[in-house]
Amino acid sequence: MATVLKAENIKKRFYQPTEFEVLKGLDFEVNKGEFFSIIGKSGCGKSTLLYILSTMDTEYDGMLTINNEKLTGQKQNKLSAFRNEHLGFVFQFHFLLPEFTALKNVMLPALKLGKYSEEEIEHRAIEKLKLVGMDEFAHKHANRLSGGQQQRVAIARALINDPTIIMGDEPTGNLDKANSMRVFDIFTQLAKENHQTIITVTHDRDFANGSDRIMEMEDGNIIDIAAPKHTSSYTN
Amino acid sequence: MNWKLALNIALTHLLTKKKQSIVAMLGVTFGISMFIIMISFMTGVNQFTEDLAMDNTPHVHIYKSIEIEDKKIVALDKPTADDNWYVVKHQRPKNELSKIKNGLAVMERIENMPGVRGVAPQVSSQVFYNNGPVQIPGTIFGVDVKKQAELFDLDKKMDLGELNDLLKASDVIIMGKGLAKKMGVTVGDRVSVTTPEGGNLNLKIVGIFSYGIAQLDQTQSYATLATVQKILQKDPSYVTDLNLKMKDVNAASSLAAKLANQLPDLKIEDWETANQSILAGTQIRNIMTFVVCFTLLVVAGFGIYNIMNMNIINKMKDIAILKATGFQGADVTGIFMLQSVIIGIAGGLLGLIIGFFFSYLLSITPFPAGEFFRIDTFPVNFNPAHYFIGLFFGFLTTLFAGWFPSRKAAKVDPVAIIRG
Repeated sequence: MATVLKAENIKKRFYQPTEFEVLKGLDFEVNKGEFFSIIGKSGCGKSTLLYILSTMDTEYDGMLTINNEKLTGQKQNKLSAFRNEHLGFVFQFHFLLPEFTALKNVMLPALKLGKYSEEEIEHRAIEKLKLVGMDEFAHKHANRLSGGQQQRVAIARALINDPTIIMGDEPTGNLDKANSMRVFDIFTQLAKENHQTIITVTHDRDFANGSDRIMEMEDGNIIDIAAPKHTSSYTN
Repeated sequence: MNWKLALNIALTHLLTKKKQSIVAMLGVTFGISMFIIMISFMTGVNQFTEDLAMDNTPHVHIYKSIEIEDKKIVALDKPTADDNWYVVKHQRPKNELSKIKNGLAVMERIENMPGVRGVAPQVSSQVFYNNGPVQIPGTIFGVDVKKQAELFDLDKKMDLGELNDLLKASDVIIMGKGLAKKMGVTVGDRVSVTTPEGGNLNLKIVGIFSYGIAQLDQTQSYATLATVQKILQKDPSYVTDLNLKMKDVNAASSLAAKLANQLPDLKIEDWETANQSILAGTQIRNIMTFVVCFTLLVVAGFGIYNIMNMNIINKMKDIAILKATGFQGADVTGIFMLQSVIIGIAGGLLGLIIGFFFSYLLSITPFPAGEFFRIDTFPVNFNPAHYFIGLFFGFLTTLFAGWFPSRKAAKVDPVAIIRG
């Protein structure tokens, strides 16, 4: 299987409040179409790692390659454009723009990319909303939706530009079991059917057990990268 | 940069926070409308006082001044055998005429100089006006009626009668309103005019004028050149003053300097020298107006700055999201700059309309100016340039006020916000 993301010797230090090495040289690869989860205790550096992978955090040592493109050391504007086209994000808190409708929220990254006409973007956005089962709420304002609904809209937004990788930072951390199940199903479907790569950071070992591979971290090091050893309630 | 998208987001932000946007806009509106009202009124007043002073003031005044020549050494051109200097301690002025030599020829020559609109000849004299036992000192001017009307708008200052009536009969004058009142005469009455040299003539009043300046209206009267020459018992070439009007007022002083070189025996005075106090007043009022207006706009600017700053602090999460999904720093700056500029332009335009409305109200408000001023309402100047300046400065203030918060928004680190 083709490698889509390659991290080589990623190191990260925090200087506030005291100097502290969060990531101590991580090496790993993620394959195309893989559902990849990162687990570990609070403070083990998994979120920090995800933000480095997301290209938003640029202050680290090591080398990051996505889609055979070397991203370490690139300019901010270049990275913004890259994120826009190749990466999708789902956060723990849904983070929709409250003034806009669900549809508009989904459309914004595509309007920024400017690859399609506005009509086409709207059409695609409705398709994505259908995929997450939110098409009937398309014209509702984001702040009128429930948490689970907002998270599904956020997933649709992450999908709008057909990104190579979708990253999730505790995407189910704030959701009940039923909504978590929905998110999980959408992720598996994307990986299986569209061959898009999913990388999620999660606390929920049960959720991780449903993915293709789990990377377990502790104190800034990788303990293990392997297929799940237990069955998950999500896959039943 | 995608301006259409930025505009779309900016407008959505502004429309969701309508109250906040309107408050920010009203700051600009208030600043600009006050600017318009103040500057319209101030320049109106300036224009009014300037017209008052300038209408009957020549841009360059040429006359013969009778001064004692400063030649105290009488033996200067007589080399003497002895080494003594002969000095006259108390000089007496010569019996000189205040006539301009070849006055009419000089006038014609000046009239043909570039930049000169016209030259009006004048014979002036101190006189006593007599009506029975009443004797009032004043000045009589003999003028070229047509030129006086053309250059000094005397025909527009007439309260009773017509300026042209001066040409329709001989031995007639027009009189200042205050003077006529003092003497208790009106159109149709006769007054006798006596000069210091003893000349005397009985004249019929055919008109009453008023400049709106008491000092002039209470002492002056006008007649034709010929009439005054007749009172003074002088020949038709006798002219005491040449009053010049320029095409461009500001060229007056340079022409005056040139004429002073060419006509060394005449006194040449330009309007700036003659009206320094009025000019200083105008300047001080202009400076005050601009200082006050500038302060108003700066205050409005700070208002916008504060509101934009708050706005951006409230929108940190949104900015982080936009950046996470691929918006660049410049896009974010653009979105917030557009908000600021929209506030500026909308507030500015509203300010212009309100400013125009109130200056219009002011311009139709009756102004109790007393009987001497030729004015019924407050003087207001509607100059389109002020409206452009107002809009431009309003725009500039919002641009500055929006710039710093917008730059701050562009620098937001999405990781710091999203991780909390």
